[in-house]
Amino acid sequence: MARTLYDKLWDAHVVHQEENGTALIYIDRHLVHEVTSPQAFEGLKLAGRRLWQAKTVLATPDHNVPTTDRAAGIVDPVSRTQVETLDANCAEFGLNEFRMDDSRQGIVHVIGPEQGFTLPGATLVCGDSHTSTHGAFAALAFGIGTSEVEQVLATQCLWQKKSKSMLVNVNGDLPLGVTAKDLALAIIGRIGTAGGNGYAIEFGGSTIRALSMEGRMTLCNMAIEAGARAGMVAADEKTIAYVEGRPQAPKGVHWQQAVAYWRSLHSDDGAPFDAVLEFDGAAIKPQVTWGTSPEMVLSVEDRVPNPADAPSAVKKADWERALAYMGLAAGTPIGEISIDKAFIGSCTNSRIEDLREAAAVARWAVSQGRRVADTVRLAIVVPGSGLVKAQAEAEGLDQDFRAAGFEWREPGCSMCLAMNADRLEPGERCASTSNRNFEGRQGQGGRTHLVSPAMAAAAAVFGHFVDIRGLHGAAQR
Amino acid sequence: MKPFTTLQGLVAPLDRANVDTDAIIPKQFLKSIKRSGFGPNAFDEWRYLDRGEPDRDCSARPLNPDFVLNQARYRGASILLARENFGCGSSREHAPWALEDFGFRAIIAPSFADIFFNNCFKNGILPIVLAADVVDRLFRETEAQEGYRLTIDLAAQTVTTPAGEVIRFAVDGESKHRLFNGLDDIGLTLLHTDRIKAYEERRRAEAAWLFQA
Repeated sequence: MARTLYDKLWDAHVVHQEENGTALIYIDRHLVHEVTSPQAFEGLKLAGRRLWQAKTVLATPDHNVPTTDRAAGIVDPVSRTQVETLDANCAEFGLNEFRMDDSRQGIVHVIGPEQGFTLPGATLVCGDSHTSTHGAFAALAFGIGTSEVEQVLATQCLWQKKSKSMLVNVNGDLPLGVTAKDLALAIIGRIGTAGGNGYAIEFGGSTIRALSMEGRMTLCNMAIEAGARAGMVAADEKTIAYVEGRPQAPKGVHWQQAVAYWRSLHSDDGAPFDAVLEFDGAAIKPQVTWGTSPEMVLSVEDRVPNPADAPSAVKKADWERALAYMGLAAGTPIGEISIDKAFIGSCTNSRIEDLREAAAVARWAVSQGRRVADTVRLAIVVPGSGLVKAQAEAEGLDQDFRAAGFEWREPGCSMCLAMNADRLEPGERCASTSNRNFEGRQGQGGRTHLVSPAMAAAAAVFGHFVDIRGLHGAAQR
Repeated sequence: MKPFTTLQGLVAPLDRANVDTDAIIPKQFLKSIKRSGFGPNAFDEWRYLDRGEPDRDCSARPLNPDFVLNQARYRGASILLARENFGCGSSREHAPWALEDFGFRAIIAPSFADIFFNNCFKNGILPIVLAADVVDRLFRETEAQEGYRLTIDLAAQTVTTPAGEVIRFAVDGESKHRLFNGLDDIGLTLLHTDRIKAYEERRRAEAAWLFQA
């Protein structure tokens, strides 16, 4: 029988199937960070439990780490305690950890793929909802809570019910200046933040096959913002080429065996999905969120909507509350919204390709005699890992950013959720390449507009949102 | 884990859709390395007028009079009535920890985000999905009658209103069994140790590269 990619990944990991539909699923890889793990380690210690397979874990601190000079350590004592607790737990349980001063440290969802820790065909979990990112490698990857972190550490398994399957089929060439981030936001805009609840989403079609691995990661990363715990893309030659030669990738005869298997990681022709959605990639425009949920999104050509036009009473109330929080009036053109800060980074958009796209805008600005607008208080670029940072510096991107007035920082989650010192102050408005525009997400009272890296960089230069497609020479393919 | 059998409790209505876990427990409180004590900071940004910080005593902080859970009539509520997609966003289990510490043992909504829904069951909280029109009616009744209480019976899978109306709800059999008995997932999993080892042996033979690291 024809099977979906999700079926194949699921079937390969069933340890035990209960009659009531619940299955015990084996977990191959487990990423651990400082925020959602301390209570899990404490639970293990209290129960006197050992780790099932310590070698399947890769740990790093990312949420609390400072993005400025790290020589002084972490100033905030509460943040420092959390990072030190991770260090101590990893040492006690014998886990591989990239500590804050390690050149390989970074956001868990950037370093997993970078190290070849994330592999096609694997199950991968992390106490972090954006674990869906790793599905870009035809892996079954999803976020879990701390109780489940503890369970995976102790048993290598999770109790799961199989999700329904959804195919999001996208065909056509994305226009110049339109990225995987715009595609992700456009999909969420259509299906809503609950549209994927109960589903595992596979992204397919010519647009997806044309995306780089970085683009696929951005797309799968945002699957959770559409409500789906897992997003995934079939393996192809790009997937295999990305993994090859990475430090933890299979070697020698294992590599040959692995690649042969990975080539089977796609949905069979005629495999049945519970839902199928079609999108025209060529019709996608640069996206900007206007409200406090990722589904509150429009193209840069649009105007802030009027709650009177909302499709339901509940939505109308939502829109009114969102406009009040965001300090926006209905009917305002998106291009007239001014920003105070710009943030380029996060597990959504901090990989080398993202930085190249933003740096191209910075170079364009300098070539036009422009730089970050005077009205913009802060524009920061936070690479996803130490290795991304090093590569960007080798390519001179840091110089491009600095020359245009952007700050070049150390890697971490940073202003995506503001657990470190990088945050918005009440009322500040930010063009952000992160994934959530929830109230208070980037700092209490902060106002977030989600955009692509090039759109964030352009907003920083102009002081308001602009259509990247109109800046001749600024947009990269 | 605390078992959940029956609950007779005061209902508090939180009338907004897509309540995310950042709203339920803001990020600065995630710096705690403990599992308890999050209740005073549940809905911190909506509940208080000032900015909350970890380890700060909340008893003297200025309350937001407009936030529904601050109203005297809902004090001591153990059942939260909510709208669509409750608990979306971050996977933080601090969200159910905070709700449980605040006093909630059950949440009724038309839909929940998957990770949050799952996390509730690990923490003795019963998330109940009811049809949107039924939830709508419960909102109206809760707001109309001070002291509105519901009775929840997990074994029978029923919610009973003060007027005696019995509303049935669905719950996955396995989750129900574990919550009803307060069973520990890890203990249950370790009963399958032989199966896990057999799986690993089989898997090592067919996908050796996964065990190479």
